[in-house]
Amino acid sequence: MTDADAAVAQAFRQEWGRIVATLIRMTGDWDLAEECAQDAFATAIARWPADGVPDRPGAWLTTTARNRALDKLRRSKNEAAKLKEVAMLSEPAEPPGGPGEAGDSGLTDDRLRLIFTCCHPALALEARVALTLRTLAGLSTAQIARAFLVPEATMAKRLVRAKHKIRDAGIPYRVPPAHLLPDRMIGVLAVLYLLFNEGYSATSGPDIVRPDLSAEAIRLGRVLTSLMPAEPEAIGLLALMLLTDARRPARLDPDGNVVTLEEQDRTRWDAAEIGDGLALLEAARRHRRAGPYQLQAAIAACHARAADPEDTDWAQIAGLYERLLDLGSSPVVELNRAVAVAMAEGPAVGLALVDSIEAAGRLPGYHLLKATRADLLRRLGRLDEAAESYQAALELAATEPERRFLSRRLAEIAAGPGSC
Amino acid sequence: MKYMLLMLGEPTEDEDDDPAAATTVAAADPAETPEPCWLPWHREMTARGVGLLDGAQLQPASTATTIAVSDGEVLLSDGPFAETKEQIVGYGVIDVADLDEAVYVASRHPVAGQGGRIEIRPLLAER
Repeated sequence: MTDADAAVAQAFRQEWGRIVATLIRMTGDWDLAEECAQDAFATAIARWPADGVPDRPGAWLTTTARNRALDKLRRSKNEAAKLKEVAMLSEPAEPPGGPGEAGDSGLTDDRLRLIFTCCHPALALEARVALTLRTLAGLSTAQIARAFLVPEATMAKRLVRAKHKIRDAGIPYRVPPAHLLPDRMIGVLAVLYLLFNEGYSATSGPDIVRPDLSAEAIRLGRVLTSLMPAEPEAIGLLALMLLTDARRPARLDPDGNVVTLEEQDRTRWDAAEIGDGLALLEAARRHRRAGPYQLQAAIAACHARAADPEDTDWAQIAGLYERLLDLGSSPVVELNRAVAVAMAEGPAVGLALVDSIEAAGRLPGYHLLKATRADLLRRLGRLDEAAESYQAALELAATEPERRFLSRRLAEIAAGPGSC
Repeated sequence: MKYMLLMLGEPTEDEDDDPAAATTVAAADPAETPEPCWLPWHREMTARGVGLLDGAQLQPASTATTIAVSDGEVLLSDGPFAETKEQIVGYGVIDVADLDEAVYVASRHPVAGQGGRIEIRPLLAER
């Protein structure tokens, strides 16, 4: 790769979202914005090797894309296009009102408008995710289709439909006003977290070039927190994603089997990501507005700080799960709390909590409930009952690595005590 | 007496197509703008003295947003009413800046607060 090629590639990662976002504001046309951004990068590939890389690649690309849009609108015979051209000529290339000035909710970076519009609740969740990846992260339709294991034509249709709905249903291109912002922020964070988990949990796939959705989610999380530095939950989510992602190198053994948190080789955890995540969590805490992402990040931080599983502060983790439950009851959170309590106060106390969740019928058919119960019974030495629960979990587990893990546990019990 | 005529019909084959194109009849001279398919009906009824108070063609169902209010929380979903036994109990045409404003207006309507739902469909703009 030549220096110019590398510069284009870097500019693509850093500037794509900003250019598309600005062009959408100037033209009001999502397809035109994407097309012209693409043209601008094609022009850069053709010209930068000979002309040299411009001092401000982002500004160069934006101007090139804008001129391209004006060109296309000028050539169009369509009346609406002519009106757009006139409107564009009067639009400043820089967004109105810099950061800190009062605009929509006092924030005016075009990428923020784009994030909030892509994540508008009137769009189907899958459309929000796809649109965010296409327009903001710059993934191609083919890449997004691969990431979600759907045919490219299906994904293309989903994207077209979402863009048409934004245009035809009158979804505004803006950062929502203050009274809508808290709710809409929750929606944006949910999309980023879904993206992250989609990339983190999928441990297999037919395609080796499957784009790394977790890395994209982290990147978008960084953009969001840099644009909205006073949103502790956004910072909390970024911290949570980094602290979770740090464990990735130790999550699977060479055969692709799941390695439990307890058994992971903690020296393989990514120290840089952990350092980053802990610092962000601290920064979020200073706002003194706790929320579910900050609490989950704090739990991840308890694990990250323990160099040895024995050092884990399970009492604190149990307390954090309790605070999570205060914010909104969820049987999965209850189950996680039961695990933490079992670690802090002994498997018998944890088992009582698990049994009460099961008795309430809150998680029917959930393999992790059975697996947790089995694990606690195993620790209590009640091996026959443990084997029964592992068997039940095995029948419910959906993914191959999970089934392998449960089968291994079952085999260990069958081999008798002393073998584990 | 006033009646609302609720137009039911087959959506165009590909909803992503321009809906205006599907509802126009081909003009004899291709250079002329084709006239909307409902125009002859409109002329006939006007000549008959029928009062046509309000009517419009809608954007396709893919642009619909449905809202409901539960415990004061406004719930949005992409798309039209699912097929249910619910019946249309009324309608209103509003003129607001954007979908956010339309959602607010709909969420304040008593039907939304009483367990009902309101489908928000943009009218097809004049082109």
